[in-house]
Amino acid sequence: MVKVNGELLPVDGKTLSEYLETTSFDIRRIVIERNEEIVSKSAYNDVILQDGDIVEVVSFVGGG
Amino acid sequence: MDDKLIIGGHEFNSRFILGSGKYSLNLIEAAVRDAGAEIITLAVRRANTKEKENILDFIPEGVTLLPNTSGARNAEEAVRIARLARELGCGNFVKVEIMRDAKYLLPDNAETIRATEILAGEGFVVMPYMYPDLNAARDLVNAGAATIMPLAAPIGSNKGLATKEFIQILIDEIDLPIIVDAGIGKPSQACEAMEMGAAAIMANTALATAGNLPLMAAAFRQAVEAGRKAYLSGLGRVLARGSSASDPLTGFLRD
Repeated sequence: MVKVNGELLPVDGKTLSEYLETTSFDIRRIVIERNEEIVSKSAYNDVILQDGDIVEVVSFVGGG
Repeated sequence: MDDKLIIGGHEFNSRFILGSGKYSLNLIEAAVRDAGAEIITLAVRRANTKEKENILDFIPEGVTLLPNTSGARNAEEAVRIARLARELGCGNFVKVEIMRDAKYLLPDNAETIRATEILAGEGFVVMPYMYPDLNAARDLVNAGAATIMPLAAPIGSNKGLATKEFIQILIDEIDLPIIVDAGIGKPSQACEAMEMGAAAIMANTALATAGNLPLMAAAFRQAVEAGRKAYLSGLGRVLARGSSASDPLTGFLRD
């Protein structure tokens, strides 16, 4: 299982690209962190999610 | 008159920094326009697949994005958020904001100094939000800060210049732009801070909780500009006692 934004998902074994295709995230507007390391967009095809990975998908929101 | 605000080598004509929190994305364009803002703050949060709209699509082109590190409780978390923000591809400005105290949301100056040093070393234009303390401000200067952003009053309180005396000390002693951030609740308070010599004002809640946001944005613009002009002019003196006539004393009625 992979923890994505706090939620456990059965996406281990998939590449990041494959996982993202199953979501409606706007790729232009997000950044992904895997185990506290930023994954560059060019690496989404190569990174294979592993059991126990912690993934954060973040974007900008309003703030002061 | 050429009176630019210079932050990390970047020039700005506006001295009002706009927050984007707690109001509709649809109001951002009008707020930016009517405030004359050239810098807008943002926060970084977990992305939500349910929301189709992204704030970046609502910010007019040419406006400098200033991501904050809100949510960070220590320097490491702030650094992590800043790197994520930069990876989003919108420049290298960052407002470092580190709070351990959830009740008053007061910034942790020691952690802020640590984060500023790391991020300045990584090439960020670092604008640290801080509790107005001269020693901490000097440490921030040495750590590579581009500006110092002391709080006027607790975040979101709209209470005005509660720390006025201490902000004045920073203005007098620190060579970087002093940008008053947090607590400014109305235009008159922004104007007063500018008269004192603040380089700029940052506000969010004062606008977000106003009756008419664009109109309040316009009011802040005028207040900040008025305060700046008054500062550049040099304020008139205050008499310790007595009075001083404004009119020529011809005395003809008595002669």
